[in-house]
Amino acid sequence: MYMDKDLTSLHELLKAKKVTSKELIKEALEKSKEIQEKYNAFVTILDEAKETEVNEEIISGIPFGVKDNYSTKGILSTGSSNTLNNYIPVYTATVVQNLLDKGAIMVNKTALDEFGMGGTGTTCNTGVVKNPWSKKRMCAGSSAGSACAVAAGVYPYALGSDTGDSIRKPAAYCGIVGYKPTYGLLSRYGLFPFASSLDHAGVLTRSVLDAAIVVDAMKGKDEHDMTSWDSNNMHLAASLDGKVNGKKLFYIKEVCDINNYPKANRELKEHLENFHKTLDLFRTKGVIINEVSIDKDILRALPSVYVILSCAEATSNMSNLTGIIFGPRGDKKNVFEMMREHRTKGFSPLIKRRFVIGSYILQKENQERYFKNAQRVRRLIVDIMKDLFKEYDGLIMPVASGPAKMLEQGDDVIDENTSILEEHLQIGNFGGFPSITIPDGFIDNLPVGINITGNCFQDELVLNLAYALESLMDYKGQIAKEVEE
Amino acid sequence: MKKQIPVIGLEMHCELKSNSKVFSRAKNEYSELPNCNVAPLDLALPGTLPVVNKKCVEDALKVSLALNCTLPDYICFDRKNYYYPDLPKGYQITQMEKPMGVNGKIQIEVDGKLKDIDIHDVHLEEDAASLDHYFDTSTIDYNRCGVPLLELVTEPCFNSAREALAFLEHMRDIYKYLDVSDADTKKGQIRCDVNVSIRDEDSDILGTRVEVKNVNSLAGVVDTINYEIARQTKLKEEGRYNEVEQDTRRWDEEAQKTIHMRSKVDAIDYKYFGEPNIPMIRVKDSWIEDLKKEIPRLHLERKYDYINNYGLSNYDAGILVKEKKIADYFEECLSLGLDAKVASNWITTQIMGYLNKEETEIKDLYLTPKRLKDLIDLINEGVISSKQAKEIFFQVLDEKKEVREFIKEEDKQISDKEKLESIIDMIIKDSPKQVEEYHNGRTNLFDYFVGQVMKNTKGKANPVVTKEIIKEKLDN
Repeated sequence: MYMDKDLTSLHELLKAKKVTSKELIKEALEKSKEIQEKYNAFVTILDEAKETEVNEEIISGIPFGVKDNYSTKGILSTGSSNTLNNYIPVYTATVVQNLLDKGAIMVNKTALDEFGMGGTGTTCNTGVVKNPWSKKRMCAGSSAGSACAVAAGVYPYALGSDTGDSIRKPAAYCGIVGYKPTYGLLSRYGLFPFASSLDHAGVLTRSVLDAAIVVDAMKGKDEHDMTSWDSNNMHLAASLDGKVNGKKLFYIKEVCDINNYPKANRELKEHLENFHKTLDLFRTKGVIINEVSIDKDILRALPSVYVILSCAEATSNMSNLTGIIFGPRGDKKNVFEMMREHRTKGFSPLIKRRFVIGSYILQKENQERYFKNAQRVRRLIVDIMKDLFKEYDGLIMPVASGPAKMLEQGDDVIDENTSILEEHLQIGNFGGFPSITIPDGFIDNLPVGINITGNCFQDELVLNLAYALESLMDYKGQIAKEVEE
Repeated sequence: MKKQIPVIGLEMHCELKSNSKVFSRAKNEYSELPNCNVAPLDLALPGTLPVVNKKCVEDALKVSLALNCTLPDYICFDRKNYYYPDLPKGYQITQMEKPMGVNGKIQIEVDGKLKDIDIHDVHLEEDAASLDHYFDTSTIDYNRCGVPLLELVTEPCFNSAREALAFLEHMRDIYKYLDVSDADTKKGQIRCDVNVSIRDEDSDILGTRVEVKNVNSLAGVVDTINYEIARQTKLKEEGRYNEVEQDTRRWDEEAQKTIHMRSKVDAIDYKYFGEPNIPMIRVKDSWIEDLKKEIPRLHLERKYDYINNYGLSNYDAGILVKEKKIADYFEECLSLGLDAKVASNWITTQIMGYLNKEETEIKDLYLTPKRLKDLIDLINEGVISSKQAKEIFFQVLDEKKEVREFIKEEDKQISDKEKLESIIDMIIKDSPKQVEEYHNGRTNLFDYFVGQVMKNTKGKANPVVTKEIIKEKLDN
């Protein structure tokens, strides 16, 4: 068994020839099939994956997974949607190519909520992805398959994407690390768009160091993505020294205070208690953590702002899915009927609902009231955060309202009381802030997570804070242990 | 009925020249072979992103500057969302919030008079794919998809098809002067939307505006406007003006009429919003200053310069400025000190005749302004005659040798006064009878003496000098 190890260990083993790349692939593929059987995490398992030469790159010779909304040349890339159920791209996404160029080995494509438009991992066209800690629970989404596979020990890392919390929430539900860097640190070229101004590429791993190593290998200015930027002087893995004495963090009172939730259940209480316990633990390292109040009206507006902006952009971004050039073509005579047939059959009802919302919002007569106002509120919350980041090094928050939700009760229904708690990670997307989730404990033997978010371009600082906190706890590198419920 | 005044506004789309398309790396090149200039973005393959072609932005800014527009502080792009099989992304990237320029103003010449034209805005966008329809099938060619398109929108400031045509031709010349487009209507590089309404002569209230889309030739624009003016005026005359609908129409070339496409109530909501994949680009003053340096003097300015300061006729000046390279050639001649009218005559007759016949361009002409000067200098110095110069002109071009190579000693004109005097003295001496008759009043015998000199010198005597000497000798 090797695939439960971290990247550095594997690299050393490969270098010392104690294991070969070929053996790692064999194990990752076998494990993929086992996990597929149990949790339904994959769209495609690449049996033809070939070993690579082990070189000075830590990731060389080591298998990894890719969310199926990344374009991979010659390999089926569906976005977990029936609209692309036969789509084989002619080009590879920049971040994936960067990993392949360094000798990393893609062994599977992972399932997601259709085009990333969901937070449960239950709306993939290949079916529900189950949580490796409990088959009765969801992984959250949309990077459900990637989170499931990494937590189950298929490989040390898998690519995810994050538009609202699609990397960072599944990471928490699966007891692993999920990191979404500053907007533009990673190229989006080849990532199927959901909402371009909110979409981020990122990674799911089992340790902060691995997250840093993988993003180091993927990052860089891409001439195919105008929003990417030069990060040559940023060295994430090398900057992790665990020195955090005197760093200042804040959490939002209106979200983290148990008194905000009069009807709180046991899970929520334990989750917030655990959060505050984690903060106390962090304080022992000399980190200063303060409570900060933010206007509740603005916080309450966040989920609506997210829905408005993401649906509007998604409606437009997915207008290319007509089945005319790629994807299954509608069997009709007239071209407009062909498009209608393709989209009617291809998209799930959830997505269609979002398209209707997006289309409504973008209508001329509604733009000012909904779209422009949502943009203003986005600017408002980002300005508030940037102001706070002048005083603080980062925001530290609990992820979600407890451990993974049960599949039966789990759809996109938002509980009025805990909606901000469930949705606040979207702040990281509004501002393009670097944001990382790490596991910080268990409730009923199910993992829960904590998140640290910092100012743009402060990825080294954010990772180092997470790295220091991780080292105070016992959850680094953990593999899912299934519980019976 | 009161006299009706037509009011016309134009939206002129012009394809820009560039190596690659405006947002992708595919070649921007017309090709007979379908779908050979196509990049992943042009097919809207999932995950592709637009990357702005800087040259196209700069060319658009140059046009905006040439039209005296107000420039934006930032450049940004917007999405215009609609479904159509020629639009793979399901939206066109264009500019709505901040065009490349607004509120421009230029002068054009219509029938020899200057007219002010107001420009609403100039914006950069991408062209759609081209569709071909057959009996029971249609094909899509994505070569044109993503080709840079500059859209220029005028205020409704034209009152006739003639004015509209003059404007379009003027703009075509400007695009060529700026070297941003070939502006070739035959290749479909210029396409127009035409807005036409009519109003009472004594009223400022505009009538119902009719929009005719996608007229793809200049002649088509003229026909469209004239057709619409006639149609709307006729309905008004017949008291049926309420039948003029605020609609969108198209020009049917074969039927020679406009055809209703959709009414205003069915207008498409394009759901514009900012393109999130293209960051805003700040328009720095230094950038604009650099671009201004690349804008040449435009044709109308040159034309009036030639007329007012060099005494050329409107007609000749018009010919010289039609193409920038010819105007540049002319101006180089001026800078070498050539007389403007002489240079103009040579260029508009000999040189342009040669260029047309040989189907070549002035930039490739062996007879550079310097060589033209050599030739004209020889005439002025009396070394060769105008007739000889024209022969040498062709020899220089044919053999690509310097002008002096074609001046043979024996062919040189005789301008030497002493030499001519001795010849003339001899002729006068040999013709006592003619001299006597001349002095008796037969002054037309003067030509006899000139003829004798020419005969004697085999036509090489400089006629001006010859005449001067003969007159002097006979009259004294």
